[in-house]
Amino acid sequence: MDSRYDMRFTGSGGQGVILASIILAEAAVISGLHTAQSQSYGPEARGGLCRAEVIISKDEILYPRIITPTFLLALTQSSLDKYSQSISKDCIVVADSSLTVPDSLDPSRVVCLPILETASEKVGKAMTANVVAVGAINSLLGLFDDASLEEAVRRHIPAGTEELNLKALHAGMELVS
Amino acid sequence: MPSDLIHEYMRIDHLPHIWCAGCGNGTIMRDVAVALDELITDPEFALTRDQVVIVSGIGCSSRAAGYMDFNSIHTTHGRAIAFATGIKLANPRLEVIVLTGDGDASAIGGNHLIHAARRNIGLTVICFDNLIYGMTGGQYSPVTPHGDKATTAPYGNVDRPFDVAKLAEGAGASYTARGDIYHVRETIDIIKQGIKHKGFSLIDVYSTCPTYYGRKNKKGEAVDMLKWQKENLIPVSKYYTLSEQAKEGKLVIGPLHHSNYPEYSAEYAKIIEACKEAKKGK
Amino acid sequence: MAKAVLMQGNEAVVEGAIAAGMRFFAGYPITPSTEIAEQCALRLPQEGGTFIQMEDEISSMAAVLGASAAGVKSMTATSGPGFSLKQENIGYGAMAEIPCVIVDVQRSGPSTGLPTSPSQADYMQARWGTHGDHPVIALSPSSVAETYTLIIRAFNLSEKYRTPVIFLMDEIVGHLREGVTLPRANDLVINQRKSSFKDGANKFAYFVPEGEYVPAMKPFGKGERYNITGLVHDRSGFPTNNSQEAATLCTRLMEKIDKNADDIIRVEEYQMDDADTAIICFGGTTRSAKHAVNEARAAGKKVGLFRPITVWPFPEKQLAKWLGQVKKLLVVEHNYGQMLLEVQRCAAGQAEIDFLGRINGTVITPADIAEKL
Repeated sequence: MDSRYDMRFTGSGGQGVILASIILAEAAVISGLHTAQSQSYGPEARGGLCRAEVIISKDEILYPRIITPTFLLALTQSSLDKYSQSISKDCIVVADSSLTVPDSLDPSRVVCLPILETASEKVGKAMTANVVAVGAINSLLGLFDDASLEEAVRRHIPAGTEELNLKALHAGMELVS
Repeated sequence: MPSDLIHEYMRIDHLPHIWCAGCGNGTIMRDVAVALDELITDPEFALTRDQVVIVSGIGCSSRAAGYMDFNSIHTTHGRAIAFATGIKLANPRLEVIVLTGDGDASAIGGNHLIHAARRNIGLTVICFDNLIYGMTGGQYSPVTPHGDKATTAPYGNVDRPFDVAKLAEGAGASYTARGDIYHVRETIDIIKQGIKHKGFSLIDVYSTCPTYYGRKNKKGEAVDMLKWQKENLIPVSKYYTLSEQAKEGKLVIGPLHHSNYPEYSAEYAKIIEACKEAKKGK
Repeated sequence: MAKAVLMQGNEAVVEGAIAAGMRFFAGYPITPSTEIAEQCALRLPQEGGTFIQMEDEISSMAAVLGASAAGVKSMTATSGPGFSLKQENIGYGAMAEIPCVIVDVQRSGPSTGLPTSPSQADYMQARWGTHGDHPVIALSPSSVAETYTLIIRAFNLSEKYRTPVIFLMDEIVGHLREGVTLPRANDLVINQRKSSFKDGANKFAYFVPEGEYVPAMKPFGKGERYNITGLVHDRSGFPTNNSQEAATLCTRLMEKIDKNADDIIRVEEYQMDDADTAIICFGGTTRSAKHAVNEARAAGKKVGLFRPITVWPFPEKQLAKWLGQVKKLLVVEHNYGQMLLEVQRCAAGQAEIDFLGRINGTVITPADIAEKL
């Protein structure tokens, strides 16, 4: 991976973008990297726009929040429209395929992936979209080895859902090849 | 007998107490000591003196904790029941007794009273109910009758009063009773029942405050106030034999309400036990 | 080596406290500290401890003091509005000398303020919140890993000095998740309260031998019947109006902290050896400040950082040491200037003092500090 990613995960409350950021932070810890994860709180965490942040770095992280993201995940149109306005020039944007990419975004920086559709159709459960996204992001950025990421997923999902979530993770990985 | 009792259970270095002549609080404190003595010496109940913790708040009543030679803690105004909750949960073996007043328990501490009753935590709360704030000099409390006088009700009290025992019962207390300072034996017995009862017990004991309540409301001297209790507070065994006409203006004393709802710290102990079992299973 | 785990600041409070021996928690839900109560509800019964959600903040503080008097290490957690409500019984804990830890995950105020936004505006409340002259120990962590070890220290100081210790966190650290390598249990130093009364002292629960400041404390139910009160009391623990007794008690309460300040105070000094400018900050603000120091150093500026870890008592002696060398002090905190007042008092004209504060609920960034430098 590159030496540091400042990643912002956005969507609507209930899509699990916070958990997606936590899984990647956990994978960073398992892989011996530095990480700092935080999230937006308040009414927006219970519906409406939702935002989580994770920094993954080979060096110590001092200031733990993100000033300009170098990676953005958007799972809803409103989050893509809003958060794509404050990203760095070379930021990688992953947007769900169902969204319309705003004209202001350089199309070469945007990767459109059918995350929501994969979760509901291929995995068979819409609520696994966040884990599908985690798999796709990892393949895209080459962050962690599969075993570390799988372990991170296992640590943060309810008991009894391992099979479903690992299926989602691998379905996500396969979206990027 | 009384002097032996005082030597045994009071911190005699700190007597005489601060209460006014004619105040009923000393009688209630003695009732509590007798009740504890009878339970400590009862081989069947097997209560030890070290197990007893006396917790009080602020006000005339709450000075009693310091005079009683047990583990004792004189806390902040209204918070005795909350302190007692922590003591009981930290060591459920302790027999935690709260000595409080009508203002302490039902005004500033009203929230703690109803929630401890709702949880049914195993405390015995004895409310020294003298119908007024004595320590601060005679202001009306939540139990001062409507129309009565106090330094802060010079034209008569506009408020409606609480019945502390009914308040506790309504909030979920599994044992409630009312006593007074005239019917000593009956009051000792309900205090004993309250302590023996596993859940939350509230014993509302009518005290007398001749200095402020009595004087402000022309209730006469301490003896007149005692006489009023003798004539108007009727033990439950007798009360229900009275005709409706004879009940007029009279109040019942004795046990009022009892249920066997599970006690809080015992319920929590089951959670700890279940967690222990789950750990073993791993 | 122990494995690193991802942990939130609020979670590290609970795990560290459990490692320190905390087995009773009473609290009331309030953002941004609620995760501490939730985690205690989950974890304490697993350790044989007890969690209770009380009816309000006041009773939570009271229950914690009661549980500690019964011999169990106890903690509560809250944020600004709840911290205000707890002050009454924090004073009681100081007067009756009952050990306990109060976690305040600060948020923007006054009043309900900005419930989920970072702030450090309870700094002065931590010192002066309860009425009357009273001793205070307050500690403030700047990372999740430090939260774990520092909360253990909070319990240790609380037990050693028989006083409530305030753990002054902020939302920046409380809600941050980072990797933490937990120390092994055998490597931890855990203080227990001095619980045996010395010869002849059992008659006097608050007896303090000559040259010492802290009386022993036996829990209720262990055979030492004594009285605890929030009134001024004599060595037996019984209320007194005697002015000599009052002076003895109240002076000892202050001196037990003042005379042991060197044992209580910890600071972090970063790049200070040749610094002519020092940033002074505490808690989560340190993260931005250190970043700014590194950037300033890269640009050839002699900037250092002085961080009180023990924020009360204020490390005046430790700061004074630098006052000849350092010409400029930049105080950075998420409030309108609170620790600033302590720095001004201590520097007393010996250095130029500048200030960067923030009260709009956003985090001070390294760039904000760089601009000020």
